Amino acid sequence: MTAEQSAAPIIEFRNASYALPNGRPLLQNLNLEVQSGETLVLLGRSGAGKTTAMRLINRMLEPSAGDVLVEGRSTTEWDAIALRRHVGYVIQETGLFPHYTVEENVAVVPRLLEWPQDRITARVRELLALVGLDAAEYSKRYPHELSGGQRQRVGVARALAADPPILLMDEPFGALDPLTRSELHREFQSLEQRLAKTIVIVTHDIREALFLGSRIALMEGGKLSGVYSPSEFLRSSEPIAAEYVAGLQALETFKERK
Amino acid sequence: MNLAQFFQRHGSEILQATLEHVWLVGASMLLAIAIGVPLGIVVTRRPWLSKPILGGANIAETIPSLALFGFLLPVPWLGDRAGRLAVVALTLYALLPIIRNTVAGITGVDPAVRDAARGMGMTPRQILFRVELPLSLSTLLAGIRVATVLTIGIATIAAAVGAGGLGEFIFRGLAMVNDQLILAGAIPAALLALGADFLLSVLEKRLRPVH
Repeated sequence: MTAEQSAAPIIEFRNASYALPNGRPLLQNLNLEVQSGETLVLLGRSGAGKTTAMRLINRMLEPSAGDVLVEGRSTTEWDAIALRRHVGYVIQETGLFPHYTVEENVAVVPRLLEWPQDRITARVRELLALVGLDAAEYSKRYPHELSGGQRQRVGVARALAADPPILLMDEPFGALDPLTRSELHREFQSLEQRLAKTIVIVTHDIREALFLGSRIALMEGGKLSGVYSPSEFLRSSEPIAAEYVAGLQALETFKERK
Repeated sequence: MNLAQFFQRHGSEILQATLEHVWLVGASMLLAIAIGVPLGIVVTRRPWLSKPILGGANIAETIPSLALFGFLLPVPWLGDRAGRLAVVALTLYALLPIIRNTVAGITGVDPAVRDAARGMGMTPRQILFRVELPLSLSTLLAGIRVATVLTIGIATIAAAVGAGGLGEFIFRGLAMVNDQLILAGAIPAALLALGADFLLSVLEKRLRPVH
């Protein structure tokens, strides 16, 4: 065991399950630890339970059995509101508030935390610069006046506003065209290194998982089927992982043939 | 005597009746908004209350207006003063469009936006006042517009129970078979309705959320 792994995990799933009120299980007996500072990708197809797992972290859902711990404390012991303000949350672009300007969207959590106005203004400017948006040009615009990529940047800035130690991203780049997505992947990768935050990303995109993740948790049918480093994942002989990799290789073969 | 001369001669009376009319409608609308919006919010929070609340408002809406005024006449405190009775009856009519549009506005908010608000750590109250209500304002206003136009028309019936307003001229004109008298009530009422409709629709467009 390395020193990093023996440190207390910042997020821990202990036999966590989640079932709908009608009894249909969406997530079964998940055991998973997320170490401080790493980027964990929850990879899987639709209905694999990855979004459910993520929503257990900021108590958007509560486990129907088992436990989810954030910073060593069960999410059900946390005050849900305080927990959510403590954890950044990025969902697909539609989650921006359409009646708020870019500036107001980014300022949501600092406002909720009742920061003084000058601190909020300074923080918004800093964050827009961080995600590569010119504050002078964009801060007064509304979400509908932005491109998909710009909206996604605002979404990331909003999630980072109160400097949360944990960042949750649900299909953050899913609604973007492939070119904008690769561009944001590259930028996000450098952002990841500068920020040193614990990041959990939900995606069904294997390239995104390999590119952004320090570890990949592969999910299937509400269960965890394995946790891999990107290079382990590429070499894995486990059937589902191999299927993903085969998909990637098909593209390479296609390129070579052309 | 032509209509123009009639309006000139009875100008101050018509103005008086118009002001009464505006008062009746204004008071009813304020009451209906004060009651209807919270009821609409309750319906979105407790869906099982939707049937009784919307059903109740629906029933009020289907009672013929003259009959409703008649029904309320013997009610103790209400029947004492015609104005009071008229305002209550008109409020009942205005409720349905207001409740319905409050519900439609709030349930029409993009679920992703509501999810983000919750995920950012907004309390239910903050979600309501900072996200749901601002985003449903134009739908709510459309309901207020419909209710206002409706109430301006129905308020003419209030004269039947002696509450005054432009209906006075209409009822008197009907009794005396005098078209000019009828028009002296009907034309200002129609203008009021058109004016209110125009002003509120301008406001509604301004508040329409952009996507």
